[in-house]
Amino acid sequence: MLRALLAIGLVIVSTLSLAEVTDVYDFDSPQQEEQFQTMIEELRCPKCQNQNIADSHAPIAKDMRNEAYRMMQGGASRDEVVDALVDRFGEFILYKPAVEKRTFLLWATPVIAVFVGLLAVIGVVIRSRRNARSITELTPDEKARAEEFLADMEQEKRS
Amino acid sequence: MKRVLLFLPLIIVLGLGVVLFAGIGKDTTTLESALIGKPVPSFSLADLHSPGRLISNDVFKGKVQLLNVWGTWCPSCRDEHPDLLRLAKQKGVSIIGLNYKDSRDEALTWLSRLGDPYSTSIYDPKGTLGFDLGVYGAPETFVIDASGVVRYRHVGVVNQKVWEETLLPVINEAKGNG
Repeated sequence: MLRALLAIGLVIVSTLSLAEVTDVYDFDSPQQEEQFQTMIEELRCPKCQNQNIADSHAPIAKDMRNEAYRMMQGGASRDEVVDALVDRFGEFILYKPAVEKRTFLLWATPVIAVFVGLLAVIGVVIRSRRNARSITELTPDEKARAEEFLADMEQEKRS
Repeated sequence: MKRVLLFLPLIIVLGLGVVLFAGIGKDTTTLESALIGKPVPSFSLADLHSPGRLISNDVFKGKVQLLNVWGTWCPSCRDEHPDLLRLAKQKGVSIIGLNYKDSRDEALTWLSRLGDPYSTSIYDPKGTLGFDLGVYGAPETFVIDASGVVRYRHVGVVNQKVWEETLLPVINEAKGNG
């Protein structure tokens, strides 16, 4: 009995520690809240890298969330908020860097790699087909010789 | 030609190896400041020593200075403190202190007990100037030129090595241009 209680207690305690970062922000509409939530999930925490500022417990992430909320309540658009944060912390915080000339390779590399791979596969397929055809198709002269050879073998078998 | 193509995967793997190897052991936690080449964000904050006195951007005008972001809650700040004292007292470097997210009493106790390397101390309990500067982990040390423009940011402890190899060259360059 005691053990069961202890087990249940431990389960409850363990779920508590998994609770998300919960700041209480009030929004005028659910859309606005969703916009805010999406935005902070796309921003990277400069301190605890590989976490977004929505999940991070770092004080700096909290400051960033607060500033984002403050600006949004003041009527700023998503881009304005993101730009303001990038001005302070650099493009490092963007999980999705802007598509421009400078970041072109960053975005295009996967597409280029897939394209090159496709070209290679197509090349291999075409070449193997061509080889297969050149093997099966004999010149009339070769055909005649082959038939002669086969006929000889038949005769040898019978005799 | 076909023989050469056979070596292509090997060449690609070697190339990737070199690129990835170059990244091993690299410090990914220090970021370049987004403010390099830009003026220090405008601020008006109280003096740590005299609460009634306000400090603004004018404090950065006139000469090349260091701006050191610190707090009594930050163990690495304690670590670099003797080095900052040495720079201020022996090398005559002008260091402005930004007391970041701290309490005034604790900060003053720290300075009176360990010594005060700062020519001016800005008190930023809410971290507003720190936030505008993109401070993400104290200690951070900025090199500010004579016109109040950020030239460099060092994240982490300032020691003899960092001073000689990193900060001093930037300061000399800032002096040359400013």
